[in-house]
Amino acid sequence: MTDVLSARLAALRAEAPPEVLPGILAEVGIADRYVRRDSPIGPVYVALNRAGVSCVDVAYDEARFERRFARRFGRPAIPAGTLPDRLLSRIDRALAEGRPASLDLDLRGLTSFRRAVLLKAAEIPRSEVRPYGWVAREIGRPGAGRAVGSALAANPVPIIVPCHRVVRSDGGFGEYSLGRPGNKRALLEAEGLDAGEHERFARRGMRFVGSDTTRVFCLPTCRHARRISSAHRVEFRDHIAATAAGYRPCSRCRPAEAA
Amino acid sequence: MNANTPLSDLANALATERDRAFPDLVRSLQDDVYTGVLRMLGNPADAEEVAQEAFVRAYHALGGYPPERVRSLGLRSWVWTIAANQARNRARTRRRKPEAALDTAPNPTAPGPGPEEAAMTSSGLAELAAALTGLPWVMRTAVVLRHVLDMTYDEIAAALNRPIGTVKSDVHRGLERLRSTLNPGETQ
Repeated sequence: MTDVLSARLAALRAEAPPEVLPGILAEVGIADRYVRRDSPIGPVYVALNRAGVSCVDVAYDEARFERRFARRFGRPAIPAGTLPDRLLSRIDRALAEGRPASLDLDLRGLTSFRRAVLLKAAEIPRSEVRPYGWVAREIGRPGAGRAVGSALAANPVPIIVPCHRVVRSDGGFGEYSLGRPGNKRALLEAEGLDAGEHERFARRGMRFVGSDTTRVFCLPTCRHARRISSAHRVEFRDHIAATAAGYRPCSRCRPAEAA
Repeated sequence: MNANTPLSDLANALATERDRAFPDLVRSLQDDVYTGVLRMLGNPADAEEVAQEAFVRAYHALGGYPPERVRSLGLRSWVWTIAANQARNRARTRRRKPEAALDTAPNPTAPGPGPEEAAMTSSGLAELAAALTGLPWVMRTAVVLRHVLDMTYDEIAAALNRPIGTVKSDVHRGLERLRSTLNPGETQ
């Protein structure tokens, strides 16, 4: 009788669900968990740990993503199995909208300069772009445009921190580190930016757009600039010309310091 | 190193390189801990959480031990000391406020009972699992560790910090109770 009962008790063994190991390792900080999600430029891998989302990357497959992650962060990433639905929907929304929104980010490995660059980039509204130099000026490091470029190239969480919205002031879209080089333009067009128009504007040698009714000048993709009707639209080569013409900088897109 | 690494080698590895060896500790014992806690508490969501909490505590505890202490740990018993405590705390909280179960209710979009659960129902194992959770705590833990997980009395005594004789008697009385619960008509 005891033998039968103990045999039946032994049959009560079960296997731990696949989420247990990744959950523990993420909680103690040894490894990050990751999931594969859709984004405007196709599937991406999203890794996260206790501090927040640590990495967004495109890779041919899981093995390659894991190798790249381990090389870059010095710790493993392991498939999460499942994550709570609420967390998944927050990740999906951040990817779709191109902003962290309520999602925490793990930017701990970065210098304070790089963190400041990324947090500033995260403020750029959807379907608008800002020059590298604009970011440098906004974080109090005017002239550090190149360093801004390096910081954005090393953005561990692209799309969610929309480094694709930081572009060259000459109308070129600049470098992009996530997947194919065309992805930067693809992301911007998916947001509704008219990339061709943006390039033509810059190639005419223009940088700012003003309204002759409000006497305010903006960066060309600023929401206020796009509301100006063609009859009242004025273009400027630089902020000196705009200021000389009696225009003041828009307080929303802060196109340049008032002279 | 993998899940089959002997636990004694693992203790050595944990003593020198905690972060490298810890995933193997989890791989080696996660089924044990999850199963044990599941049979003690009867609820998969609680079992998952308690198993996670237990390993997280184990990780932090290892960080505070000198290497020679880590090397000498009987890992299975040691992890179970932590897990059994966590499980008992969870059982107490549940009794005090059963509505808390709602917070950790299984994900409504998760698949329904799988083939395993269906098989358990048909073979009467579900009834046995339910009877287990009706046992007094000390008998329940002793029976689960001895008969579900096949731990030795030495390991169990170390894990629960109780004398071997007491553990044996807890297991014996637990089995008797299970038998009479499952076959109420029969007398010994």
